Amino acid sequence: MSLSPVEGLALAEIESDPDAGTPAAKGVVGRSPGQLAWLRLRRDRTAVVSGVLLVFFMVLGLAAPLIEMAYGIGPREQFQNLLDGFGMPLGYAGGVTGDHWFGLEPNLGRDIFIRLIYGLRTSLFIAFAAALITATIGVVLGALAGYLGGWLDAVINWITDLTLAMPFLIIALALTPTVTLRFYGERGQVSSAFGVGVLIAVFAVFGWTSTARLVRGQVIALREREFVEAARASGVGLGHMLFRQLLPNIWAPILVSFSLAVPQFITSEAALSFIGVGLSDETPSFGRMIYDSLDFLQTDPAYVFFPGIMIFALVFAFNLFGDALRDALDPKSSR
Amino acid sequence: MTDEPLLRVRGLTKHFPVRQGLRATGLVRAVDGLDFDVRPGETLGLVGESGCGKTTTGRMLVRLLEPTSGSIEFDGRDITHAGRRELRPLRQELQIIFQDPYASLNPRHTVGRIVAMPLQVNGIKPPGGIKARVQELLELVGLNPEHYNRYPHEFSGGQRQRIGIARALALRPKLIVADEPVSALDVSIQAQVVNLLRNLQRELGLAFVFIAHDLAVIRHFSQRVAVMYLGRIVEIGDRADIYERPQHPYTRALLSAIPDVTQLGPAGRIRLTGDVPTPLDPPSGCRFRTRCWKAQDICAAEEPALVPRDGGRQSTACHFPEVAAPIFEEVPS
Repeated sequence: MSLSPVEGLALAEIESDPDAGTPAAKGVVGRSPGQLAWLRLRRDRTAVVSGVLLVFFMVLGLAAPLIEMAYGIGPREQFQNLLDGFGMPLGYAGGVTGDHWFGLEPNLGRDIFIRLIYGLRTSLFIAFAAALITATIGVVLGALAGYLGGWLDAVINWITDLTLAMPFLIIALALTPTVTLRFYGERGQVSSAFGVGVLIAVFAVFGWTSTARLVRGQVIALREREFVEAARASGVGLGHMLFRQLLPNIWAPILVSFSLAVPQFITSEAALSFIGVGLSDETPSFGRMIYDSLDFLQTDPAYVFFPGIMIFALVFAFNLFGDALRDALDPKSSR
Repeated sequence: MTDEPLLRVRGLTKHFPVRQGLRATGLVRAVDGLDFDVRPGETLGLVGESGCGKTTTGRMLVRLLEPTSGSIEFDGRDITHAGRRELRPLRQELQIIFQDPYASLNPRHTVGRIVAMPLQVNGIKPPGGIKARVQELLELVGLNPEHYNRYPHEFSGGQRQRIGIARALALRPKLIVADEPVSALDVSIQAQVVNLLRNLQRELGLAFVFIAHDLAVIRHFSQRVAVMYLGRIVEIGDRADIYERPQHPYTRALLSAIPDVTQLGPAGRIRLTGDVPTPLDPPSGCRFRTRCWKAQDICAAEEPALVPRDGGRQSTACHFPEVAAPIFEEVPS
């Protein structure tokens, strides 16, 4: 499990030269580089399909309570009466019926469809929050290190190296139960929000390094450009320089790294839940469901099928969209 | 034109340390002790071959680089080591135009934002609003004010350079350092931009430090010319004197290299042999002596001072200045 979603992306060029792409239409108002990228993105069929799929998933996740209302079944409701004496759901394909679209969980008898919808919500929330936090930390540290250089650059680089050297999985395995124990004691009921928070924090601590390196490299390349000197000659301050002059030029790689980081965090969350250090059983999540379903791989294969397909579709759509986004923002970059 | 100089530069020096690991192993003497003045409304042309320190000098004048030693006085104030706060009012009077019109404009900003940037950063609210002022500036440099919302990639090199000029003019400076403003442009566009700068100078009373390696452009534009070689000024004087009666052998060699369609063959061409010595370890004494055909023992032993000759109009740093007849007749321009 690697937490550096942007390896290889650092090669993406700083400025997507719009002249190389579509010829700029000659209107009265010029098209910004962003508008040109948007046009290219809209013309890319993969981008449109995966983008629509992503929007669909996000709407599903956001509207989970509404879907629950329409569906009429909650994520914690148990339907023991639909299970046989061994705790297996009655009927075919894990108990798929008109009432329970994706069937029921063995033993507990909870509805898989509504748990998947809520699991989608959890996964997307964790992944987006972690990606946003890591991107923010990475951009600020990388931009400062790249622009100011000197001892600050050395210190930030050293911290980055240190973070990269730490084994993510082992620390996550060791840290998560310890932190939970510290806050809740032996028997305390761990709230789902706390588990989510710990996961996001773990991702934030380990995930910012690649963005920081990417941004640092890009800023160093931009720093020597004459428009930066022109801004300095006009007397701009550090904040204006970083966020008004430099950042608009490196949005493209940051956006791409962000869109590729999200699926990484989704799979990481699932993986951590799978090995048992992620979320508790209480919180619906893809990893947890797959972990629970492994016991029933032979007796109830439908149980692993639905979450598996769902996580596959989600991550696949994100990766395709990230690639398409890179192509649109950066038409000259090679794979 | 008053005699009080707008810009007074004394002993200006920039040394870049060369590091291998943590040890400083040497010094690149990019600029090594420059003295010159620029009076209000005057243009000083700074000419020399690549690597002689012209650009470094320009960057130090607008304080993009910190001088190693020496002093820069602008309008009577010493600005050599002024901090960011002290520089603020100064930035408005001292601006720079860059060489590469493709790199000097932020590709993600509209033209309007680029030209407005100096105004906004310095908190200046022109009467009629920033947009009106920006459009006025665009018109001043010969661009269509309706191009306010366009992006740099939609313009040609010459137009981009005009945008850069508009940005430099936004704060109504007194002195503009033009760092090879036309050398990245086509010859036909060069003339347009140089003429634009000249008209602006007349209309707005600007002083220029005009850095170039093109002697023809310098001659067209500058009232006074300083010739640089390996980080030092070897000769400085009025345009006519420099071009017609060069006293330093290097100036003479430079001028003789201008292609002249009226002369066939390599008649007056002085061919310099060898390369420019490394600024890591410049020659002792006169820096030009390794390539000079007149070099004597004294040139290696003693560094010639930049002394005024011809009644003070022209200063030459040479032990054996040329006193020969003018090499060119003044071509009526």
